[in-house]
Amino acid sequence: MNARLIIALIWLALPLHAQGFAGLGQGGEGFALPEPGRVFDFPADHGAHPDYRIEWWYVTAALTGEDGRDYGVQWTLFRSALTPTGPQVWMGHFGLTTPDAHFTGERFARGDIGQAGVEPTPFDAWIDDWLLTGPTFDTLQLTAQTSEAGYDLALLAQGPLVFHGDAGFSIKSQSGQASYYYSQPFYEVTGTLDLPEGPMKVTGKAWLDREWSSQPLEGDQEGWDWFSLHFDDGFRLMAFALRGGADFHYASWIAPDGTLTPYYGDALGLEPLATSVVEGRDVPTRWRLTLPAQQVDVTVEAVNPGSWQSTLFPYWEGPVRVTGSHAATGYLEMTGYE
Amino acid sequence: MNRAALGALLSHWVRHPLQALTLVVGLALATGLWTGVQAINAEARQSYDRAAETLGQSALPRLEGPLTLRDLATARRAGWPVTPVVEGRLPGSRARLLGIDPFTAPPTGASDDLAEGAGLTGFLTGDLVFAAPGLDLPDGLPEVRVLDDLAPGLVLADIAVAQRLLQTSDISHLLVLGQAPVGAPPLTDLLPGTTLVDPAGQGDIARLTDSFHLNLTAFGLLAFLVGLFIVHSAIGLAFEQRRPLFRTLRALGLPTGRLTVLLGAELLVVTLVSGTLGILLGYLVAAVLLPGVAATLSGLYGASVSGSLTLSPLWWLSGFVMAGAGLALAGGQSLWQLARLPVLAPAMPRAWARAQATTLRRQAMAGVALLLLSLSLALWGQGLVMGFVCLGALLLGAALLLPPLLSVILDFGTGRARGALSQWLWSDTRQQVPGLSLALMALLLALSANIGVGTMVGSFRATFVGWLDQRLAAELYVDPGTAEEAAEMVSFLEGRVDAILPVISVETLLEGAPGDLFGQVDHATFRDNWPLLDAVPDVWDRLAAGEGALVNEQLARRTDIWAGGQIDLGAGGTRDVLGVYSDYGNPRGQAVLGIDDFNDRFPGVTPQRYGLRVDPARAPEVSNALIEAFSLPEGRIIDQAGIKGFSLAVFEQTFAVTAALNVLTLGVAGFALWASLTTLGAMRVPQVAPVWALGLSRGRLAAMDLLRAVILAAFTAALAIPVGAALAWVLLAVVNVQAFGWRLPLLPDPLGWLTLAAWALVAAALAAALPSWRLWRMPPAQLVKVFAHER
Repeated sequence: MNARLIIALIWLALPLHAQGFAGLGQGGEGFALPEPGRVFDFPADHGAHPDYRIEWWYVTAALTGEDGRDYGVQWTLFRSALTPTGPQVWMGHFGLTTPDAHFTGERFARGDIGQAGVEPTPFDAWIDDWLLTGPTFDTLQLTAQTSEAGYDLALLAQGPLVFHGDAGFSIKSQSGQASYYYSQPFYEVTGTLDLPEGPMKVTGKAWLDREWSSQPLEGDQEGWDWFSLHFDDGFRLMAFALRGGADFHYASWIAPDGTLTPYYGDALGLEPLATSVVEGRDVPTRWRLTLPAQQVDVTVEAVNPGSWQSTLFPYWEGPVRVTGSHAATGYLEMTGYE
Repeated sequence: MNRAALGALLSHWVRHPLQALTLVVGLALATGLWTGVQAINAEARQSYDRAAETLGQSALPRLEGPLTLRDLATARRAGWPVTPVVEGRLPGSRARLLGIDPFTAPPTGASDDLAEGAGLTGFLTGDLVFAAPGLDLPDGLPEVRVLDDLAPGLVLADIAVAQRLLQTSDISHLLVLGQAPVGAPPLTDLLPGTTLVDPAGQGDIARLTDSFHLNLTAFGLLAFLVGLFIVHSAIGLAFEQRRPLFRTLRALGLPTGRLTVLLGAELLVVTLVSGTLGILLGYLVAAVLLPGVAATLSGLYGASVSGSLTLSPLWWLSGFVMAGAGLALAGGQSLWQLARLPVLAPAMPRAWARAQATTLRRQAMAGVALLLLSLSLALWGQGLVMGFVCLGALLLGAALLLPPLLSVILDFGTGRARGALSQWLWSDTRQQVPGLSLALMALLLALSANIGVGTMVGSFRATFVGWLDQRLAAELYVDPGTAEEAAEMVSFLEGRVDAILPVISVETLLEGAPGDLFGQVDHATFRDNWPLLDAVPDVWDRLAAGEGALVNEQLARRTDIWAGGQIDLGAGGTRDVLGVYSDYGNPRGQAVLGIDDFNDRFPGVTPQRYGLRVDPARAPEVSNALIEAFSLPEGRIIDQAGIKGFSLAVFEQTFAVTAALNVLTLGVAGFALWASLTTLGAMRVPQVAPVWALGLSRGRLAAMDLLRAVILAAFTAALAIPVGAALAWVLLAVVNVQAFGWRLPLLPDPLGWLTLAAWALVAAALAAALPSWRLWRMPPAQLVKVFAHER
């Protein structure tokens, strides 16, 4: 899920921003680099890895309200080390999507003073008063609010952690840039959205991504499209395409028991079907996604095409509805559309 | 037709180049002084705005108390949108160091540079700080990037870097950027020992300096008005002299409307030319005066003003508008008369003079009314604006009273005059008063303003210097640095000096507004030298025993709590007020506790400075020993003479600015007088000619003219002295109290006043010299012509 990597690196405010979402030629010199065959150590690995340049805790929740409408929630905490020995800085993103509105929030903090951080046991990730906290990684409470809207959700894991790529070593380009990447895709969610028109009780499914690395992308990769889908039959799918240079495709097919099958390259088909004009840009908000190996041929459509995160480094992120060979709810993130 | 008429009209200026010069120079002077003052004010305001905008600091509530970055985390985790600030003087320089947290701070002048990646990384790792242009910075700083947008005198660093440079782990305060979510505990509960300070209660630089700028603006407006008198007389003369020409043109068939339009166009051209000249002159005035004003503002109020001037299109425009408005005002009356001029209008000087009597009565009544208004405002008025209205009413009232008073004096003189010649001189002078009154009023205004402002600055300076002598009694002041260094320094100094007097203070709320609370040892230095305005018996013994506090005059005036009352000293508790001391130049409230009392309350606080009492002859020796023993950098040790020298330099700057404005206004007033006399000189020929024909030589007539101008100026100056003294009193006892909260004693400077009056006489003599010379040199034929031609 390099989506997040690039945001974080751009957020480091490297000249990248001026060059668009491309050109991530920054080296990881002095930082630790991901290597295949890592033995993950939990709960310690739920905490921060300051030797690595960038890292995040990324929650997306596809929800249904009491009124039967679709809602979506995003909560992200990014950590970044400015230099291998230097200061750690933190960034939080807030997203709340309804079929006709989208709310954005953003927070920043310096490390080492307690304004933001992550503790593995008991699990506690926070920036200001935006919290992801619970006795274990399986039982979490998610709260955040802006001046316009907020949410308070309980997340209960119904399955195991899953490890993308080669047992958590996730390759991001033809030339081998990689990250450590695992997820908890099996949360059941209950809770309340605090909307301008009043509170809304919601239920649904959430997905938590953990990823860290130091130098993940090729210089000519300019953006990505990332999908996380919860199928009605209990299967999960994570799929992404990195655009630019030689396009790079990857998908994780996850069985209800947590068994993960990775697919590379042409095994995953992604085709934009329709675009919407969002903030002056053409963004694909309806997709055809195919994974023939699992007989998947579906149409993915944004619940709200205007799910634009107008943060310091803006991108599109919002809930989707899936129809076709399989029915699903899920989340879509797209960056690099200028 | 148009071209011929225009040529005829303009030919007047070619034949009278001096008049053209008067008009253009008068308007240019008026516009120039006005725009110059405006430019200075605008530049200063812009500097304050930049300072305030750096964090929007002046508009935001702040949490004060013992705070660290951990407290920032606590407040933010509770949902409070706060951002930390560390402030202090950058060691080894006069720059203000501001430490901010770029992650939580609202946009600053450095935002763009921070958004660029290397900038942010360097800023956070301590490899980069930002600085305002033109700062003299000490060695040992990280890379300094100069940003034009930063407030003058400011160095901006990451908060951790600033803490390192200031050798502190505390933060100065937390700025509160907005509301916390519902249910969040109040900040003062979350962080015990802190207080929330409302921005309304803070000493806002702009407000403090407002009166200074109002003074400048008043000066500028005054100069403009005086300039208008010049323009008025120049235009009046030009119209008067061209009457025969107008008649000729009209007789040749030029319609009145066309003539008026042509003359209006002429005025427009004059406006453009003089306006441009005036704006250039204004730029010059501003460029010359700005460094002095900047030094004054920074010395008096700690407000930093950039010393360089930017030429803004706004004051180009305002210069033209002022020039145009002035010309319309001065020339409108003449144009109006012209439009209604019968083709063959006779001259009617006597009728005009008779109408003047009514005008004089009205003026006298208006003048008395204005003076009464001014008096009642001085006694009962509240607020700075009322203070200035009081000033304005005083000046205008005095100016309006001048012509009636002069008439009364001259009537009296006429009645007492013996001999035909002296009688003629008195009554002829009386006859000229209406024509000269505008110029004389201008002279009165300029003289009174100069006397008033000069007296204020002089009183301020004398009082302040006396106060410095009292308050800066110690010979050396040393900044001890850290607590360890301080302890070492004290033991090093034992035996080397007569006394070590710590200067120790905390910031706290005094009756709800931020101020400073000091601890003071019991020492003869204070007993002998401190000026107490109000005190209970045995005040020093009781202070040393911890029975109460001293407060400064500002605090006492603001709260109206004096010796014998009780005052809330915030973290210092509620105390009896034992005495009130004067504390000039300090806008903030201040209170003093006995040192033991202070240390009980604030055990962790270390002295910011030590005052060292030592035989003045040995001061340099002690100073050198300290510098060697502790390798003190420059600026950590200051001798008394240095501080006094700096303070006096500030006043010299203020004086320089005042003196320059004095010379300019007096010069402009003299110019107005000259222009009026020139105008009158030409108009008076028919009145002088009969006296000449009766046998008085031209030389004696000219000498009498010169004498008359000097006498009128002397009367005016005699009136200006009491008006100026009253003005000084209003400035010191009304405006100053309203603006700063302290009152200064009025120190009359009769010698200075007489000198100014003498200068006014010199100016009048100079102004009358040329018209008199002309009369003296006037060809007899021209005087004879008066009898040949019916004018």
